Amino acid sequence: MTLRTIPTKPLSLILAVALATGAAPASLEAATVVAAANNLQSVLPELAAAFEESGESELRLVFGASGNLTRQIREGAPFELFLSADQDYVAVLAAEGLTRDEGVDYARGRLVLFVAEGSPLKADGSFDDLAAALGDGRLARFAIANPEHAPYGRAAEEALRHRGLWEAIGPHLVFGENVAQAVQFAASGNADGGLVALSLVLAPQVAARGQYVPVPGDWYTPLDQRMVLLAGAGAEAEAFYDFLKTPEAAAIFARHGFDTAGAAP
Amino acid sequence: MDWTALWLSFRLAGLTVLALLPIGLLLGRWLAFGEMRGRSVIEALILLPLVLPPTVLGYYLLVAFGAASPLGQAWQSVAGQPLAFSFEGLLLASILFNLPFAVQPTQRGFETVGADLRDAAACSGLSAWQSFLRVELPLAWPGVLTASVLCFAHTLGEFGIVLMVGGAIPGETKTIAIAIYDRVQAFDDAAAGRMAAVLLVLSLATIALTLALSRHLGRRRA
Repeated sequence: MTLRTIPTKPLSLILAVALATGAAPASLEAATVVAAANNLQSVLPELAAAFEESGESELRLVFGASGNLTRQIREGAPFELFLSADQDYVAVLAAEGLTRDEGVDYARGRLVLFVAEGSPLKADGSFDDLAAALGDGRLARFAIANPEHAPYGRAAEEALRHRGLWEAIGPHLVFGENVAQAVQFAASGNADGGLVALSLVLAPQVAARGQYVPVPGDWYTPLDQRMVLLAGAGAEAEAFYDFLKTPEAAAIFARHGFDTAGAAP
Repeated sequence: MDWTALWLSFRLAGLTVLALLPIGLLLGRWLAFGEMRGRSVIEALILLPLVLPPTVLGYYLLVAFGAASPLGQAWQSVAGQPLAFSFEGLLLASILFNLPFAVQPTQRGFETVGADLRDAAACSGLSAWQSFLRVELPLAWPGVLTASVLCFAHTLGEFGIVLMVGGAIPGETKTIAIAIYDRVQAFDDAAAGRMAAVLLVLSLATIALTLALSRHLGRRRA
């Protein structure tokens, strides 16, 4: 007997079922596809709904890590508008001539310390309690997004370095693949707390699970998020791009925890 | 090249094989020889990880490992640290999602041992244990070997579940597959390419070695 001892019968059965039921995916031709960073998951559907009210347009929203979306755009993904979680990815695409222009900043994200219900940590924006918890062994796990590639992970690292806690907290860190996963780690109580995006913490199902305080803005590089029209953008993508710069859109962004240049002071 | 991640993956794969060896032998032999009701249900349960998306298993594991679950609390009180985001948690997940790869080939192996042969062993005065060691196991051995290699290779390659329950802690839960993903995300194609190539060569070598071994065993028996 050789490797053929793997269970071929169930496998072929499954394959047959999969082939028989596999339907062709719905066509994307008609709709304008907007690619957006994961931290816009709660705000963008509302923005799209507000935009669609004014016309008969239909937007399709695709969410992902900005890095992944950038890669997909490079490989020719049929996106017309890209809302990144930072400025760098837009710059990368612009340098390669895949965008219409340099794009524009549409929102600024904010970093918060989130602490789940029942955690031994206190929601203390000065990180004094975090420092104390590191000293007395209260802290088991602390969640941030991966600083190697996630913008909010980089901001979290900067804030922890600024406060002089980066070395001490190292053995306690768990890394979310993106900031949404870091929120999930912290909100589920699997980590005692985390440094995450305000926009995600404001979602009702997260907000109900714990408390949060903002991290002082001068502890990390501002999380300016940039959007850009891609080379193949049509009229509808242009219209949505313009809509996102209006005061109406700014108000929606503000409700979801973003600062915008266009928002009323 | 992230050697820490590679070593972690090998350690995880090796320990998974060690833990699944007795489980595979026990379950495989039982399913091959035993006559019980509800056998399809048991076999279906064992095959389940093969068809479930890693997200489903990952989700259940995340909930089961959590501080709110009985398992999570029991582990916390015994080990003094949470099960989620730990190497032990990853090992437990690995054992679960490799179950079909451990049991199925072993079961097929035992099925090649005919009832007449086992009767003959019993008639010759061999005890059940002697019969297992001297008659059944040597015949079922290629199946057991296949199971071990599949588990090893599958653990090296597992990504989705590790991504969901691991937390990418270097030296603890950041396996080579996660390390490659992180490098790709960071646009570090050179490092990702190097690690991917190493994994490709190692996986190929593992499978080739097994094929050669099992052919050698088969020839010796003939």
